Amino acid sequence: MPETGAEPPAVTVTLPETLTALFPGSLPRIDMPAANVVEVIENLEARWPGMRDRLCDSTPKLRRRINVFVEGRRVPLDTDLAPGASVHIMTGICEGG
Amino acid sequence: MAQTVHVLVGTKKGAFVFKSDAARSSWALHGPFCEAWPINHVAADPGTGIIYAGGGNEWYGPAVWKSGDFGATWSHSSEGLAYEAGADPIKSVWSVAAANGCLYAGVEPAGLFRSEDGGQRWSHIAGLRDHPSRPHWQPGGGGLILHSLVPHPDNDQRLWIGISTGGVFHTADGGKTWEPRNQGTRADFLPEGENYPEYGQCVHCVVSAPGLPDRLYQQNHCGMYRSDDGGMNWQSIEAGLPSAFGFPATVHPRDPDTLYLVPLNGDILGRYVPDGKAAVWRTRDGGKTWTDLRAGLPQESAFFGVLRQAMATDRLEPAGVYFGTGTGTLYASTDEGDHWTAIAEHLPTITSVETLVMDD
Repeated sequence: MPETGAEPPAVTVTLPETLTALFPGSLPRIDMPAANVVEVIENLEARWPGMRDRLCDSTPKLRRRINVFVEGRRVPLDTDLAPGASVHIMTGICEGG
Repeated sequence: MAQTVHVLVGTKKGAFVFKSDAARSSWALHGPFCEAWPINHVAADPGTGIIYAGGGNEWYGPAVWKSGDFGATWSHSSEGLAYEAGADPIKSVWSVAAANGCLYAGVEPAGLFRSEDGGQRWSHIAGLRDHPSRPHWQPGGGGLILHSLVPHPDNDQRLWIGISTGGVFHTADGGKTWEPRNQGTRADFLPEGENYPEYGQCVHCVVSAPGLPDRLYQQNHCGMYRSDDGGMNWQSIEAGLPSAFGFPATVHPRDPDTLYLVPLNGDILGRYVPDGKAAVWRTRDGGKTWTDLRAGLPQESAFFGVLRQAMATDRLEPAGVYFGTGTGTLYASTDEGDHWTAIAEHLPTITSVETLVMDD
């Protein structure tokens, strides 16, 4: 058991190129402490202010065409993360010209 | 003094900036900018030269983009550009306007935001959505959008806005309270006898005349109108036009009686230029009479439309006039509309055209 107040274990997060293009200096792959997907979003927002707005709307949920995969499974914001988890944030398919 | 003319173009796939000297005979294309996001409106603050672009991406949501170097570099923000939790989220920014030291943004679903720090942080002007008419606003063909932003040039408390489909609204207290300004404009899509409601008209474009802030022109889904009392009363000025249906209206930079339109063939007939022949229509007398301007425009097999924010004038002498088509052609006139030249083709669908003239 971790001590009370201890930082969550690290996870690895990958971001789409179209997202990092919007935030100069942002990285496509980062390790960060996060116990769930909400904390991943908060961590990204702290590093690159404004990134939460690109990933979540004001309802507040993940945007309709933003997908978060954990170990290959698409998950919602309130998903807990295991130590060392791989979190892939990806853009979904959008039809049209 | 030498001058540089910038034509700012919003498209379904990014923003573009065209640059020329004052002769306006040779244009350099710059772009696409804004990561090829759908951009509904690109407009500059003429006092600072800063360019703003409002749009929304299907994946990443709404934002206002900003360039302080005429398009060379851009940043974006949507901080505060949101309704309360649980409300339908904002899909896109539809219009931007700099005035009186502030920046305004109209959004979809219809609402109004203001920034006092050049577009970094936004505050919701909630008074508009608190208006009792809001439950009756209906989406038009482009969605439930707040498009036209008409700030009073001398009074920072006064502003007109246009909502499709909600009507024209005016505030005289900086956005705290609003009243509809639609008397005299038709709603042909309502049952007979109910065609002149207090609100709910399908406004396509509202502009104010230079030097006469209470002179407004309005291209409506159902008619073309002028008001000389700040929108309290509207008079039809569509007699002499080939169609009462169209989207953009743009005023001459100095003459309040000169206005340009692009009438289309009707709302359910394709929304093309009539008979496949392109024309800009100009009045020099406030809408009493109209003249079709066709020189240099295609006069056969032209099946395009022009969207509501896709026409503009510049402030040079003689004034330049510009419009962009749904098929991606950008036309320019350097003689107030008498002659036209295509200065770009094969762009994405053009959503907006504005100008910025800078003294070098």
